[in-house]
Amino acid sequence: MTLDARIPSGPIEQAWAKACFDMKLVNPANKRKHSVIVVGSGLAGGSAAASLGELGYNVKCFCFQDSPRRAHSIAAQGGINAAKNYPNDGESVFRLFYDTVKGGDFRAREANIYRLAQNSGAIIDQCVAQGVPFAREYGGSLTNRSFGGAQVSRTFYARGQTGQQLLLGAYQALERQIHAGTVKMIARTEMLDLIVIDGKARGIVARNLITGKLSVHIADAVLLASGGYGNVYYLSTNAKGSNVTANWRAYKRGALFANPCFTQIHPTCIPVSGEYQSKLTLMSESLRNDGRIWVPKKKGDTRSPDQIPEEERDYYLERRYPSFGNLVPRDVASRNAKAMCDAGYGVGKSGLGVYLDFSESIKRLGEKTVRERYGNLFDMYQRITDENPYKVPMRIYPAIHYTMGGLWVDYQLQSTIPGLFVLGEANFSDHGANRLGASALMQGLSDGYFIAPYTVSNYIATNKFEKVDESHDEVKNAVSAVEQKIAKLLSIKGTRTVDSFHRELGKIMWEHCGMARTAEGLKEAIGMIRALREQYWKDVTVPGSGDDLNESLEKAGRVADYFELAELMCIDALDRNESCGGHFREEYQTSEGEAQRDDEHFSYVAAWGYRGDDAAPELNKEPLEFHYVHPSQRSYK
Amino acid sequence: MKLTLKIWRQKNVDAKGAFVRYPVDDVDPEMSMLECLDVLNETLILKGEEPVAFEHDCREGICGSCGFMINGEAHGPEKGTTTCQLTMRHFKSGDELTLEPWRAKAFTFVKDLVVNRRAFDHIIEAGGYVSVSTGQAPDGNTILVGKEVADTSMDAAACIGCGACVAACPNASAALYTGAKITHLGTLPQGEPERERRALGMVAQMNAEEFGSCTNIGECSAACPKEIPLEVIANMNRDYVCASFRRRDDLPTPVTPGS
Repeated sequence: MTLDARIPSGPIEQAWAKACFDMKLVNPANKRKHSVIVVGSGLAGGSAAASLGELGYNVKCFCFQDSPRRAHSIAAQGGINAAKNYPNDGESVFRLFYDTVKGGDFRAREANIYRLAQNSGAIIDQCVAQGVPFAREYGGSLTNRSFGGAQVSRTFYARGQTGQQLLLGAYQALERQIHAGTVKMIARTEMLDLIVIDGKARGIVARNLITGKLSVHIADAVLLASGGYGNVYYLSTNAKGSNVTANWRAYKRGALFANPCFTQIHPTCIPVSGEYQSKLTLMSESLRNDGRIWVPKKKGDTRSPDQIPEEERDYYLERRYPSFGNLVPRDVASRNAKAMCDAGYGVGKSGLGVYLDFSESIKRLGEKTVRERYGNLFDMYQRITDENPYKVPMRIYPAIHYTMGGLWVDYQLQSTIPGLFVLGEANFSDHGANRLGASALMQGLSDGYFIAPYTVSNYIATNKFEKVDESHDEVKNAVSAVEQKIAKLLSIKGTRTVDSFHRELGKIMWEHCGMARTAEGLKEAIGMIRALREQYWKDVTVPGSGDDLNESLEKAGRVADYFELAELMCIDALDRNESCGGHFREEYQTSEGEAQRDDEHFSYVAAWGYRGDDAAPELNKEPLEFHYVHPSQRSYK
Repeated sequence: MKLTLKIWRQKNVDAKGAFVRYPVDDVDPEMSMLECLDVLNETLILKGEEPVAFEHDCREGICGSCGFMINGEAHGPEKGTTTCQLTMRHFKSGDELTLEPWRAKAFTFVKDLVVNRRAFDHIIEAGGYVSVSTGQAPDGNTILVGKEVADTSMDAAACIGCGACVAACPNASAALYTGAKITHLGTLPQGEPERERRALGMVAQMNAEEFGSCTNIGECSAACPKEIPLEVIANMNRDYVCASFRRRDDLPTPVTPGS
């Protein structure tokens, strides 16, 4: 398959304006005659549903939670980037663009990122107008802070709850449209299949999670904004309900899955405490602004941190990367933490942790200022660990946080299935092989507020839509496939719980397709995943029935998809014989242990196509070209 | 640690419910309340029984999904803590914990510890927003907002919509929740033009959903995991009284409760 990204020709600065001008428009009076389905109500889905509703389309928005306000965008803490240059420190659209291309280790499309940087300012304006209470200076203007991977202060924030406040902005805009009657909200309902008719996405099959009833929804276009797939690792910073199912069903209906192995490991999470652990808790990366990361210089040092004198501490990030220090990008910070712990310098009971120390900042700024900046994060840390970070350094360790991979989309955010648009973390996105902090919120809102409303309109204006109803064969097929799968899962009645399988799968992935990967390990992992998947379909037990609230059944369907995704991730990681961003293949590193890219052979997006449950997926390549930022070895020294 | 969990089990709104006692051995003090239920549920599933249904998602205290009564207290005994972040170190071996769902007329029952909180969305629908469509915004710094004003707004905006305030209130009032949104938006200059309309619309919807009246008891704020201050209720009442006095007539039509 040839992949046409449909990037407008001409200078990058004018690409989006040109694309917008070239798009066909839908007459205002005709918009209400067209229907659009949005799956997911987070920053991307919520903002898209609200904006399309404002335009006058007939929108149906789905979420599996009890309310659209619960989407996991809500958990983002640190902030949102924008090229406003309010601090007068050298920021510009071009610099945000440059930093993001470089931060992504030259594995994303230049034109997409440029558009993202261009939209970033308008996002802040929109959110302020909605009543998002961003942090302010005493004089009343918006305030900024710095974040990893950047040397300018471009991050806007609302205490440590930026994602929550931005999501509430989008949620309120959505509720306004629900009241206006343009959006119908369908909560507690999970998409279980995509309906494709005559090659076009025309609807979804969904299951009501309370009654178990399946329903069919037909529309002119379907937007997936269903988030990332970090939970394939079982332990991650994702919400428990976050899943790949909507994306995976679209993949099996013909959409390509791009760069599945590009996952982000967040450096500052609370370390695992025991086998019962159900999720990992993130401590915002903004903590690295004022906290210093260190380990004892002596291996296996069990003294308490206050007993270790200054000269016996190794501030390894400051030592190795003097110009960025503790603010190196996430992949670099995570990898170094792992290297330190693997070499035996880790702290805490498990030895899987490093210190994040605020004592110097508290001395310099006073406890009050530190409390103002990070109070809620410090409280959260203390709640979970029972240790007071104002007195004792925090212990942190990397954890799976974000997935850069996702469904392949062109410049218009349309997948390889016409009429299927993919937004936010669910698409393979603008972050390449590594996402910079405070960029996910920016991308979700850029896609939802400012891109999809244009491109979806263009699609509707340039296509004809035959009338389709539930009696169509494709609809019946999709419904019966879903019914069969549910019946199958309920009928196995084996001896192991869904969670026990999920945990085991997660361990395989973390071990072999996590922070460091090798060809040998990945091959082994593929074998283990296949064997476990086979056992799953013979030995899983799902209690209860399919006609009421049954969380085990919901999880069982999602884990079944994770098995297939996990294999694809390993195949992709094995195929990419280079290290880039979050994808670190041990065979490909510089003499100093940094990631070594191979631009000659791997400067492309790997977009995989489904060819059957037991057939190898098909690899399609979209070559990446860099005209504005010249690929170089990333250096944060 | 060994604990006994006494849990409200009820299959659906029409079925008869009852408390069932479950002993849980090997409770680690570092576990969260929800992880303790995970452990119990794994054993129930292997015994062929239905696991306890409870609502949860982010498990880091921000999504507002989780929450039930623990020994009669919404989200349990720890101040400013959601159920998902309540660690078991606050209990001692041998304790019996009684877990039951939020009980309020406006929160219809679903299963075990799960209730329906759609009424909260309806209150937002009735005016809990600023009417600004995508693309209409001026530059973010055009309207200056003093730090103190932004901080007050943020204190109220921190609400996670979990419903603990309603569950803790003897009248099952949603005044703290509604007041929080009215304060969040009404404090900011961006929310000023619709301030009166918003107060009238949201209060009318709150009453239509059959939440109880506020009698200034304060249990709501004490139970709130985000420690939303009681002042937000005073703000709501002030805005409502001022708006009623001026009798604005272009109110949003109320949403049908239970829809």
